Amino acid sequence: MSLDQLYQQIILDHSKARHGSGLSVTAAPADAATGQSHQLNPVCGDEVTLRLAVQDGKVAQVAWDGAGCSISMASASVLSELAPGLTVAELHQVIESFREVLRSRGKVQADPELLGDAAAFEGVARYAARVKCAMISWVAAEDALNQAA
Amino acid sequence: MAVVSTPATLERALPVMDNAEVLRIRNDFPVLNQLVNGQPLVYLDSGATSQNPVSVIEAEQEFYEQRNAAVHRGAHHLAVEATEAFEDARQTMADFIGAGYEETIWTSNATEGLNLISYALSNAGLWAAQGRGDQGLRELALGPGDQIVVTEMEHHANLIPWQELAFRTGATLRHIPIDDDGNLRMDAAAEVIGSRTKVLAFTHASNVLGIINPVQELTALGRAAGALVVLDACQSAPHLPLNVKDLDVDFAVLSGHKMLAPTGIGVLYGRQELLDILPPFLTGGSMITTVTMERAEYLPAPQRFEAGTQRISQAVALAAAANYLTETGLDRIHTWESGLGQRMVVGLDAIPGVRVLGPAAGKERIGLAAFDVDGVHAHDVGQFLDSRGIAVRVGHHCAQPLHRRLGLTATTRASAYLYNTTDDVDRFLEAVAGVRAYFRA
Repeated sequence: MSLDQLYQQIILDHSKARHGSGLSVTAAPADAATGQSHQLNPVCGDEVTLRLAVQDGKVAQVAWDGAGCSISMASASVLSELAPGLTVAELHQVIESFREVLRSRGKVQADPELLGDAAAFEGVARYAARVKCAMISWVAAEDALNQAA
Repeated sequence: MAVVSTPATLERALPVMDNAEVLRIRNDFPVLNQLVNGQPLVYLDSGATSQNPVSVIEAEQEFYEQRNAAVHRGAHHLAVEATEAFEDARQTMADFIGAGYEETIWTSNATEGLNLISYALSNAGLWAAQGRGDQGLRELALGPGDQIVVTEMEHHANLIPWQELAFRTGATLRHIPIDDDGNLRMDAAAEVIGSRTKVLAFTHASNVLGIINPVQELTALGRAAGALVVLDACQSAPHLPLNVKDLDVDFAVLSGHKMLAPTGIGVLYGRQELLDILPPFLTGGSMITTVTMERAEYLPAPQRFEAGTQRISQAVALAAAANYLTETGLDRIHTWESGLGQRMVVGLDAIPGVRVLGPAAGKERIGLAAFDVDGVHAHDVGQFLDSRGIAVRVGHHCAQPLHRRLGLTATTRASAYLYNTTDDVDRFLEAVAGVRAYFRA
């Protein structure tokens, strides 16, 4: 498997764009329920603090601050674009699907219909040492979602 | 007429190492002879764990095939053979570090060695409080008002055991700061180390900076303060000649897997007078003289600190590793690796956006270099290098406070050993030069 299959263009783009980053300068919608979660990967020091706002049963906003490798930053960026507009149940389903693909060691293919840009992380599943990098913001989102919903 | 040659004179007679010799050495290491991602493996992660030569692998296999038995018990043939092999290995390691036979204690690794010292010291306090032991033991006990001194560059293994010892005893943990180049601030050391310092623990060579610390100066400060001096020799013992008596330290630790041996075996050196009075850390079988239902009497060192069935085949293999290093010549290995370290720093300095930690080019360093690549996380650097068959370490290298001090969370580290050629370093440098373009930094 080549390096380019791991670092797909979409991942490198998102690692630069970092959609949703800037937690401290982004206000949550006034009447939304929010949850916030801090996750740390002690192996490499990847760190994400993510806040998720839920309004009328749907994700209204994802905002985060973080530092880490391109995989972890891109994955937080993709999540921030993907989650808003989904119902709580839908986001849970997306997170579960993402987790299943990443933990499959390459055996489970990503469903682009469900995962959108996040399907690009399929290649990460082949690199056991990088799975946590891709998962860190999703674990934070799951935790925040449970608090907010 | 007999010609007398000691190993020392033989060693001096050998020429400096060169790539041709290193390529011959490399043939002794089967694992290095493989392709990774379609390219010949360049292994530059020996600072984390080193590879094993055939002689070490065979020593362990030979032990299991011909001599395996429990040691220090049983009168049968294999038990005698195993005990001899185990104790011969101890003598080999004692000679390797310049220690006495009874001063050489087997551990799992350096981390266990450091924990052993710290727990033996807090046990000294518990014993003294119950009126057990003599005046010498009472003097080793720590309490409120006493200080433990470490440095800002320590590996977590030489930091956390001291944090916990301070917690258990009420002593205070202090540290010697570093300057921006990573050198210990010796002016500050002279202030931090004082009459209340009971333990001074520091690393001989930094696993991140590549710096070799001024052991003699630090030890002199420790001695003047009446402190116990503990040396972490993990990154020095595998790479340069080490003599714990010349360095005048009270304790020293090393890990076998960083010096061509298997995992699970290490050595703790302790000065005889201290080992004679220190309480044990782990207790149980093999370390006692008389046991009743109420209490036990303990053997002197080294058995006093070796409870339970020991790592016998690993000890035998570690001795084989020490012999391999001694035969090659540690001063020659040190010179070769220092050259590789310099080659790394000079090469990395020439790559835009790369910042090397520790001593500048031309300053003394062991054969490793940790560095930051502007705009690219260490994990990505390591992945990129791996795709080119190059193995390096990424992360904080178990030295979070040091990284924080330098304003970083993670770096990439290349660390060489006697089996690395200049070509290995050049392939590594060529790959690093391509990192920022790939990640568009």
